[in-house]
Amino acid sequence: MTTHPTAPAVQAAPCMSARWQGNSVSDIRRRMVDRVATGLCWAATVLVLLMLFSILFVLVRNGVGGLRWVTFVHVTLPPGQAGGLANAIMGSLIQTGLAVLIGAPVGLLVGIYLAEFTATDGKLINFVRFVSDLLLSAPSILVGLFIYMIVVVPSGHFSGIAGALALSMLVVPVVVRTTEDMLRLVPLAMREAAIALGAPRWRMILFVCLRAAREGVATGILLALARVSGETAPLLFTSLGNMNWSVAPGKPMASLPVTIYQYAGAAYADWTALAWTGALLITAGILMINITVRLGLGRNRK
Amino acid sequence: MERSATSPSALTGAAKGNGDAVFAAIVRFSAALILLGLGGMVAVMAWGARGAFARFGPGFVFDKAWNPVTQHFGAAAPMFGTVITALLAILLAVPLAFGIAVWLTEIASARIAGVIGTLIQLLAAVPSIIFGMWGFAVLVPFMAHYVEPLASHTLGRVPGIGTLFRGAPYGTGFLTGGMILAVMITPFICAVMRDVFLSIPAVLKESAYGLGMTRWEVVRRIILPWSRSSVVGGVMLGLGRALGETMAITFVIGNANHIGWSLFSPGNTIASLIALEFPESAVGSLKFSSLMAAGFLLMLISLGTLVCSRLLLRTKAAGR
Repeated sequence: MTTHPTAPAVQAAPCMSARWQGNSVSDIRRRMVDRVATGLCWAATVLVLLMLFSILFVLVRNGVGGLRWVTFVHVTLPPGQAGGLANAIMGSLIQTGLAVLIGAPVGLLVGIYLAEFTATDGKLINFVRFVSDLLLSAPSILVGLFIYMIVVVPSGHFSGIAGALALSMLVVPVVVRTTEDMLRLVPLAMREAAIALGAPRWRMILFVCLRAAREGVATGILLALARVSGETAPLLFTSLGNMNWSVAPGKPMASLPVTIYQYAGAAYADWTALAWTGALLITAGILMINITVRLGLGRNRK
Repeated sequence: MERSATSPSALTGAAKGNGDAVFAAIVRFSAALILLGLGGMVAVMAWGARGAFARFGPGFVFDKAWNPVTQHFGAAAPMFGTVITALLAILLAVPLAFGIAVWLTEIASARIAGVIGTLIQLLAAVPSIIFGMWGFAVLVPFMAHYVEPLASHTLGRVPGIGTLFRGAPYGTGFLTGGMILAVMITPFICAVMRDVFLSIPAVLKESAYGLGMTRWEVVRRIILPWSRSSVVGGVMLGLGRALGETMAITFVIGNANHIGWSLFSPGNTIASLIALEFPESAVGSLKFSSLMAAGFLLMLISLGTLVCSRLLLRTKAAGR
């Protein structure tokens, strides 16, 4: 493409479609480059959408057969004995639930810190935000190793609570981000009004700002829940998995992702079928949460 | 959020005038937990790795061996795999993400872009183990039956780059791993690009179109220069994710401790090595320590990448 628009008498259409009339060699070339680039953009979009549909299609095709009653009421059994996923589903619910119970309050408080304490702790706040963002993308398997070293090794055994702790480390940064963003959207006038009425700062923050931002904050917590419910790597060395019914948080606990991981590579057809069903369940759940959040909140956050 | 509200209000019953001080203390304590979390991770990895580093020294990083029988361990092969797959992923994902971002912001109408953009972002929400299963069920056979035989018969004969495309068509390997990672990180990079592209002042684009620039010229000469540092930041963010990805890659990398220049050769990454070998290593053993050392190296690599990414993204945000 030539460097500057030399095209004589360009009747530039004001819209995006660039239907101008120049017919010199450079014009034709520019037009062709533009066409090719546009075509490639279309191709990229279509290709990635195809990937998404291919994933969903394969999940449904391989997983839908296992959506039977036994899958939800039976625990995992040796191959050939018509086992289900009940323990894994229960374990996943317990661990993600605990992870959110532990992680969300911490994330909320840190989000409040980042949004409301800038006046006093400016520099430190930037650092905390930076570290929280790092934690957001840190390799999740290393989180598993970390919890293994500080919880599993000292306590001597794998446990559901260790799994929940590992997941909660992934919940915190997600909640921090949304909470801070949402609190920053609360108008100054509301804060001033609360202070003028004589409310102490903590009451202003918790009962005025946080209340005003509650929908966005709840969204963040939901997204965090969606994110950790599919995490496998942090659970491998913390809650380990359990072939039996396991609800005691102090014992090794089954979870859907770990069961999928163990079953997907197995040589038994009924195990791999169960793995696909589990995968379908998890993905459907996560996508459901994401779609609800997006529909419910429009475009507050990506 | 009600939950967190109860603890400070209960406290102030006792310390009525000190509500703010107590609240500030609680909040600062939580912030300290975050710092402790990341600092603790680095410290614990380093602590766990001390045995391996004491035994092998810095040579651990460059040693290709991973032999539990002779108790000889090195991280060169998994590091190689980690870096190669992540780079391949970036190579494939950046053009894809860029194309989609341009399509969403410049080509599609706002309503359609909203729907398609949401669909693309849903891809980011799919857990990595699902990508692994999909890769194993769909991508690996596809590669083994079509792409790899075809590529080794054509590209493999080209002198020079031929080595890259030779080798048995297992279907698993560096290229397949890189492709899976590419699909996973494309939505992340795309989201960053789309946000910056949308933040460009409309006047800039309108005047460029007004001068008769084609769409591609506007993208190339107005949008890209304006958003360069954020785009690079987004790419680094994707790279950081790709480096630490575990479950998807474990399914498709082939899991061989091997450095090969063929894109089709099976290998491993630090994360997949840890996922597979860690359950079989006893606490305190040299193998355990070597795995921790590999984890420590992964931590350093990915934190380094993420720090660069955040700095690039932040400078742009501050300069706006």
